[in-house]
Amino acid sequence: MIGDTERRDERRLATLLLIPTLIALSLVVVYPILSAIARSFFDDPIGRSPTFVGFDNYAQALFGYDREDFWAAVGNTLFFTVVSVAIETLLGLLMALVMHRAFRGRGIVRASVLLPWALPTAVSAVMWGWMLQPDGVVNAVLGTEIVWGGSEWPAKWSIIFAEVWKTAPFVALLILAGLQTIPPHLYEAAALDGASAWRRFTSVTLPLVKPAIVVAVLFRVLDALRMYDLPQILTGGANNTETLSTLVVRTATGELKQGYGGALSTLTFLFVFLCAFLLIRLLGTNVFAGVKEAAR
Amino acid sequence: MRTATTGRPRQRRRWGWENWVIGAGIALLLLYCLAPFYWMVVSSLKGPGEIASNSLWPRDPTLVNYRGVLGGRDHFGYAVRNSVVIAVTTTLLAMVIAVFSGYALARLRFRGRNLVLALILACSMFPGVAIVTPLYQLFADWGWIDEYQAMIVPNISFALPLAIFVLTTFFREMPWELEEAARVDGCGPFGAFGRIILPLAAPGVVTTGLLVFFAAWNEYLISSVVSITLASNPVTVAIAKFAGDSEFQQPFGSQMAAGVIVTLPLVVLVLLFQRRIVKGLSAGGFR
Repeated sequence: MIGDTERRDERRLATLLLIPTLIALSLVVVYPILSAIARSFFDDPIGRSPTFVGFDNYAQALFGYDREDFWAAVGNTLFFTVVSVAIETLLGLLMALVMHRAFRGRGIVRASVLLPWALPTAVSAVMWGWMLQPDGVVNAVLGTEIVWGGSEWPAKWSIIFAEVWKTAPFVALLILAGLQTIPPHLYEAAALDGASAWRRFTSVTLPLVKPAIVVAVLFRVLDALRMYDLPQILTGGANNTETLSTLVVRTATGELKQGYGGALSTLTFLFVFLCAFLLIRLLGTNVFAGVKEAAR
Repeated sequence: MRTATTGRPRQRRRWGWENWVIGAGIALLLLYCLAPFYWMVVSSLKGPGEIASNSLWPRDPTLVNYRGVLGGRDHFGYAVRNSVVIAVTTTLLAMVIAVFSGYALARLRFRGRNLVLALILACSMFPGVAIVTPLYQLFADWGWIDEYQAMIVPNISFALPLAIFVLTTFFREMPWELEEAARVDGCGPFGAFGRIILPLAAPGVVTTGLLVFFAAWNEYLISSVVSITLASNPVTVAIAKFAGDSEFQQPFGSQMAAGVIVTLPLVVLVLLFQRRIVKGLSAGGFR
C-alpha cells in the first residue's frame, strides 16, 4: 500500500525531526564522554603540555598512590546506595499501602507526598544542614546531643536521612501506581477463599506489585550511585563521606587534574553500568519489557 | 479507585481498627513529608535573637530574613530571576525538540527506530560528573561561562531522553485515524499534526513539560561549575553558597527564607498539577 516515494519521504522527515535531539545529545553527552576518555590517557603536568601515559591514571586510582581515596569513594557510594535504597523501598511500600487504602483527602496526601520529591536536592541539603545542627531541631526531638557533621558515622547517617526523606515518597508514588493496577476482584476472591490479610498481602499484592518495585529500585539505584548534590553541600565529602561523584568533581575541577579526573569519571560510569547490569540480571528481565513495549 | 468494601459483615467488623491504623498512617505520612517544610517556614520567620531557640513557632515573627535575602548582599532576587529564565527556556525548547523526536519515533516507519530510541535512553545513564569537566572547557572556549545558555543547553540534553520516552508512549496511544482523516480532507502533514494531534496530545505534553521544568529548576551540578558569579547563579547554586560564607555564624535565617522562596512556586505547581505529575512519573517508570 505504501509506495517507495512515500517511504523515502517518511525516512527523510524522521531524520529531520530527530536531528535536533541528536545534536543536543552529541554536544552535551557524547562529546564530553569521549573527550574525558581521551584525556584520561594523558598526565597532568604543570607548565608543559600533557603526554600520553597509557593506563597509568587508571592504575593510580585502582591500585596505585591514590587507591585508598578511590576505594573509599566506591565503598561510600555503595554503602549510601544500598542502605538508602533498602530503607526507601520498605518505607515507600508502607506509604503506598497506606495511601492506597486512604479514602478521604487523597488530593492533600498526594500533593504532600510530591513536595519532598519536588524540592531541589540542593535546598533539601541546606535545610537538613540546619536541622542537623548540634543544637538543632533533630537533636531536640530525639533528645540527643549528636554532632552530626563532626564524625564519620553521624555524617554518613545524616546523608542517608536526607536522601531517604526526599526519595521514599517518590518510590511510594511509583509503587502506588502499581498497586492501583491490581484488579480488586483478586482480593475479593482471595478473601472468599478464606485468605488472611497477611496471606492476601504476600500472595496477591506482593507478586503483582513486584514489577513496580523492581522499576522503582532500578531507577533509585542508578540515581543514588551518582549522588552528588547532597554529600557535596551537606558534608563537603568530609568525615569519609566522599562519593565517586564528589571525588571526580574535586579532582577534575577543584584540583585541575583533568587526566586523572577523566580516568576517575570513566571508572565511575563503568561502575554505574556494571551495577545496573548486575542489578538487571539479579532482578529479572521484565524491566526492559516496558522499553520494548514502547519501541514496538 | 473506590472499591466496594461495604456489605460483607466480616469486613465491617474489622473496619473499626483498620480505619484507625490507616488514619494514623496517613497522619504519620503527612508529618514525615511536611514537618521539615514547616520547620523551614518557622525558622525563616525568626529573628537573629530567636533563631537558635527550638520553639515550635516564632514568638516574634519578623520578615527581616526575607528583606536581607532579597535586598542585601545575597541578591537572591537575581538567583530567582536566573532560575526562572533558565527553567522556562529549557522547558519550552526541550518540549519542542522532544515533540519532534517523539512524533518521529512513535509514528514514522524507518529502519533503526528501536536502536535510536535505545541510544537516546542510554544517554541518560551517564553520570553528570563524567560530563561536567569537558563541558566546562568547551563552554570556556566558547565564552559561555556565566551565560544562561551554558546551563540551558545541558538542561535540555539531560531532559530529552525521559521527555522523548514519555512522549513516544503518549503519541502511540493517539487516535491516528483522525490524522489520516484530516489529511484526506486536505490538511497538509503539518496541519494535520498541529490541528488534530497536538491538541489531543496536550495533556501528555504538559505532563512531560512539568517533569522537565522540575528537573531544570533543581539542577545543581553543571550550574555549580559553569556559573561563577552571583549575577548568573541559579537558586540551587546561590542557596548553597550562603552556606559557604566565611562568617563565624552561618546565616541560617537567610538560607531558610531563600528555601521558602524557592519552594513556593513548586508548591503552587504541585497543587495545580499533582494528578498530571504523578501520571508522568509512573509513565516514565512503567510504560
